Amino acid sequence: MAEPGSSTAAAGDGGGRLRNAFGGVLCAFTLLLIGVLAFSIRLFSVIKYESVIHEFDPYFNFRVTQFLSKNGIYEFWNWFDDRTWYPLGRVIGGTVYPGLTLTAGTLWWLLNSLNIPLSVETVCVFTAPIFSANASWATYLLTKEAKGTGAGLMAATILAMVPSYISRSVAGSYDNEAVAIFALIFTFYLYVKTLNTGSLFYATLNALSYFYMVCSWGGYTFIINLIPMHVLLCIVTGRYSSRLYIAFAPLVILGTLLAALVPVVGFNAVMTSEHFASFLVFIILHVVALVYYIKGLLTPRLFKVAMTLVISVGLAVCFAVVAILIALVASSPTKGWSGRSLSLLDPTYASKYIPIIASVSEHQPPTWPSYFMDINVLAFLIPAGIISCFLPLSDASSFMVLYLVTAAYFSGVMVRLMLVLAPAACILSGIALSEAFNVLTRSIKCQLAKLFDDSPAASGDSSAESSSASTASTNSAKNENRSEKTKTIPKEKPSKNRKKEREVAESVPVKHKKEKKLLVLPMEASAMGILLLIVLGGFYVVHCVWAAAEAYSAPSIVLTSRSHDGLHVFDDFREAYAWLSHNTDVDDKVASWWDYGYQTTAMANRTVIVDNNTWNNTHIATVGTAMSSPEKVAWEIFNSLDVKYVLVVFGGLVGYPSDDINKFLWMVRIGGGVFPHIKEPDYLRDGNYRVDAQATPTMLNCLMYKLCYYRFVETDGKGFDRVRGYEIGKKHFKLTHFEEVFTTHHWMVRIYKLKPQKNRVRGKLKKLKSGSKTSSTIAAGRNKNPWQ
Amino acid sequence: MAAPRHIPILLLVISSAILLLLLGVAEADEGGEGAPRGRRLLVLVDDLAVRSSHSAFFGSLQARGFDLDFRLADDPKLSLHRYGQYLYDGLVLFAPSTPRFGGSLDQNAVLEFIDAGHDMILAADSSASDLIRGIATECGVDFDEDLEAMIIDHINYAVTDADGDHTLIAGDDLIQSDVILGSKKIEAPVLFRGIGHVVNPSNSLVLKVLPASPSAYSANPTTKLASPPSLTGSSISLVSAMQARNNARVLVSGSLDLFSNRFLKSGVQKAGSKMRHEKAGNEQFVTETSKWVFHERGHLKAVNVKHNKVGETNEPGMYRINDDLEYSVEIYEWSGTSWKPYVADDVQVQFYMMSPYVLKTLSTDKKGVFSTSFKVPDVYGVFQFKVEYQRLGYTGLSLSKQIPVRPYRHNEYERFITSAYPYYAASFSTMGAFFIFSFVYLYHK
Repeated sequence: MAEPGSSTAAAGDGGGRLRNAFGGVLCAFTLLLIGVLAFSIRLFSVIKYESVIHEFDPYFNFRVTQFLSKNGIYEFWNWFDDRTWYPLGRVIGGTVYPGLTLTAGTLWWLLNSLNIPLSVETVCVFTAPIFSANASWATYLLTKEAKGTGAGLMAATILAMVPSYISRSVAGSYDNEAVAIFALIFTFYLYVKTLNTGSLFYATLNALSYFYMVCSWGGYTFIINLIPMHVLLCIVTGRYSSRLYIAFAPLVILGTLLAALVPVVGFNAVMTSEHFASFLVFIILHVVALVYYIKGLLTPRLFKVAMTLVISVGLAVCFAVVAILIALVASSPTKGWSGRSLSLLDPTYASKYIPIIASVSEHQPPTWPSYFMDINVLAFLIPAGIISCFLPLSDASSFMVLYLVTAAYFSGVMVRLMLVLAPAACILSGIALSEAFNVLTRSIKCQLAKLFDDSPAASGDSSAESSSASTASTNSAKNENRSEKTKTIPKEKPSKNRKKEREVAESVPVKHKKEKKLLVLPMEASAMGILLLIVLGGFYVVHCVWAAAEAYSAPSIVLTSRSHDGLHVFDDFREAYAWLSHNTDVDDKVASWWDYGYQTTAMANRTVIVDNNTWNNTHIATVGTAMSSPEKVAWEIFNSLDVKYVLVVFGGLVGYPSDDINKFLWMVRIGGGVFPHIKEPDYLRDGNYRVDAQATPTMLNCLMYKLCYYRFVETDGKGFDRVRGYEIGKKHFKLTHFEEVFTTHHWMVRIYKLKPQKNRVRGKLKKLKSGSKTSSTIAAGRNKNPWQ
Repeated sequence: MAAPRHIPILLLVISSAILLLLLGVAEADEGGEGAPRGRRLLVLVDDLAVRSSHSAFFGSLQARGFDLDFRLADDPKLSLHRYGQYLYDGLVLFAPSTPRFGGSLDQNAVLEFIDAGHDMILAADSSASDLIRGIATECGVDFDEDLEAMIIDHINYAVTDADGDHTLIAGDDLIQSDVILGSKKIEAPVLFRGIGHVVNPSNSLVLKVLPASPSAYSANPTTKLASPPSLTGSSISLVSAMQARNNARVLVSGSLDLFSNRFLKSGVQKAGSKMRHEKAGNEQFVTETSKWVFHERGHLKAVNVKHNKVGETNEPGMYRINDDLEYSVEIYEWSGTSWKPYVADDVQVQFYMMSPYVLKTLSTDKKGVFSTSFKVPDVYGVFQFKVEYQRLGYTGLSLSKQIPVRPYRHNEYERFITSAYPYYAASFSTMGAFFIFSFVYLYHK
């Protein structure tokens, strides 16, 4: 809410210098507080639960970080992990985005070399809050480049507590996005900075920052597509300048070279179509640069001739290149697009063709309430922010608008990408709020000046220090005049002086003098407006704190529920993993649905068949098929994979809804996608998925049903499933090929062991009843079970 | 004050003494040096007269060092184990007609005994009780359900004084296996009088050691045949052997007389054959099969599974793709007195990851060491060295050793590829040209 920045650029006299210094200190202090806010609002999870890694993917990242801190960077780079995806293994060093791991590893190493003996886990838990403070500062820098310090501080404050970002960066949520959002904003800042200054230094930094982003998250493709789009926009709207060239060309060359160094990206940086936009724009930029150069050399008449020539040749070349590209892309089976990218462009693609992508809830399109939940009042402030970006439109502010528009589209495709939208929303809302406060406080100042002072200061002279607003206005008006001059000069080669002036003009928010006079609002309206804005901000803060405390802090491995008799804690997951690590052999293989793969390897230290890195669809489909098959077939599948234990998550007793029975249809779909004998309709009764008495026999005989509901009827005598809300279909049955070895306290995790093959094979006759002396013919009930 | 200080030491001494004692006992329990099976047999009989009527068979067992414990099948103090330890290493069940065992012994106890890796000889006859039939069924052998039936063969019977009695079978269609029947061929037919059984052909664990001839059938010899007999021809087995998956061996015979002194000593003349053997083949048959059952023969053990890179001796924790490796395993066979090197040319090792990537036959140096060397395939993953050796009569060898195979490290690839030299040249010349160009552009006025 501090507004010291609006006058920084305009200071000329001694008092102004003092004000500047004071503003700078205040600004730094505010930024510090913003950092503290961003860090501390994310600690609810640690306070309410414990300092523990959350959810699924963070466990993998944690395990990788442990490996890194133990074995060093080269071992990490070459790490072939034989404890996951058995028996295929996974080359972790080459398939993981190393940014997060290296960041936390460096942090840990640094702290240890300073003799601060923190455990790797602690460092991992707090990496995300630390980086959200960094992200707030980066937001400040980015917004400041576009709209000045005030907007920057506002945006940084908003970002520090935006729920969408909190959801991915609470303490313990040790995932790629935690550092990637910082890298994203910082890369954008450096791009805009380069665009504003034309400095090659910042351009190089930009490429390095982009490299860090590539290291951190697959979302780097957003950057490498958004920046070319903006460059294209600038060219089309006649905003080409050498600064634009410097901002973009080094990024493409250096950025691509650096990106190719990351093993997981490698040659994808030049071979997949996600990166082609930047190359295309790179070519266009050069053509445009050539045109401007030639234009400077030639007379207007000659230029026209040359223009037609160049355009015709250029078009021909472009067409040729485009044709080649299209041919190349079309020759690859997926048209050069990976499945996840295709699902961005065509939201129905994934659910149609790739069940494994569609099965992840965060890949689903978001609902409207989730927008309100995740960005709250920002949704209403964004339009105002867009408008103020157009008053006037600079390179930087046009970038903000473009960022917002594209991010809004992508967030509509995948709920996970809401995270990318959040910074854009914060920046534009910050701009909007800052502008609004600007106008309102200035109005009040003007009105106050009119009320208390009849001196000529009110008329707009710059002699009195009391009305700084007028100072600013005159100064900016002067600037405006200058900048108008530069603009009125036709597009000749701008001299260095003029260029500088223009930059100054653009870096400060400029307003028309006339507009300014119109914008002086009545006293009451201004006061009311400020009050309302503060109330709005208050609502936002309350919502953010609520979201941080209640909605997004649950670590998901420990669950709590409040009932009339107090708080219940369900720590079943860790109970089960601890059981596995203490009671099974080191090399035993544990099969479960892939959601629990990372946790099993990290917490139980046992080999898993599939995990959350869903790189091999067939392998996952094999497990899905086993889960949807009858016991005997499932036993054979699992035995062929050397599986010893099968782990299922069951929520029917305590009402935990995201259990395996609710995920089961995805297992059927994914399994059926590879092994066509598994058919989804077999598991549905009239299109409805159910496990009660109406369920199909296939459903009631599949392994997943049996493992989940084995002995379930013993709990309450009826077999009432509290998630599904009805009694189960088949209550009394025995397991023939599996035996229960462990069930956690609340039955949330159940572990079964594959029975060994029978030592003997029985004869075909049933056990003779003692006393029956008659020579019966071959016994009717053939109970042979020769599974050899 | 001194006494309590000594108590822990005292306890330590006592406990270590007990431990040593126990170890000594355990070692004493092992029959012979490293023999696969112990020598304590429990013989259950209906009637202690069997002890004398079958003394030749028991005598041969005792002569081979077995320690026989004769008990009546309904002895109320009967028990196979005490304090969780089995008291016997094998069971001879010569009690066909006993309706139930005494003591804690019952059908399940017998089956658990087998599942714990012990061996059994089970002999039935026409009076076989449901208990005996039940045990046999659990071992995969189904006796004829007609309780009165016996095996009758009007062609391959042994000539006896009582004419027209064709229930004394002279079987000579023995299984072709030196492991089960010994290397010396059994010349004389084996006399058999008793009930027949069938085994499920899909059951790979059961072997017909002495199948009936195609002309045999199972029926009540004292009555006229009212309906066609349910068991006929060579699907009938007279003596079968079962080797369970844990290598416990069970011999099931439909005839208790097969083991009797009378059959062991008597001469035999097969109907339609001129040759009269002075002695039936029974003695050799029961001796050899009992050797097999009690693991005096046909027991393999594999030790010292080793693998290493060619040129090294240490066993690595992980291989790299395209490594050359050596694999060796030592396989020994128990000869009854000592472990002798096993000699065969059909032992194979698989380098296995969901399917065998490499399948190589191991070569032997005749001293028990089987070895081979091969190149790791160009596929990374978690592999297994697998030896699955299942041969007729021998105990199964099933070895698997997990070993991960990793891809190249980032610095194990070639730094410079010959075919890429044009590209290197191109990039360096471009860099040079750009430098010269910049120089000229900047300083040329």
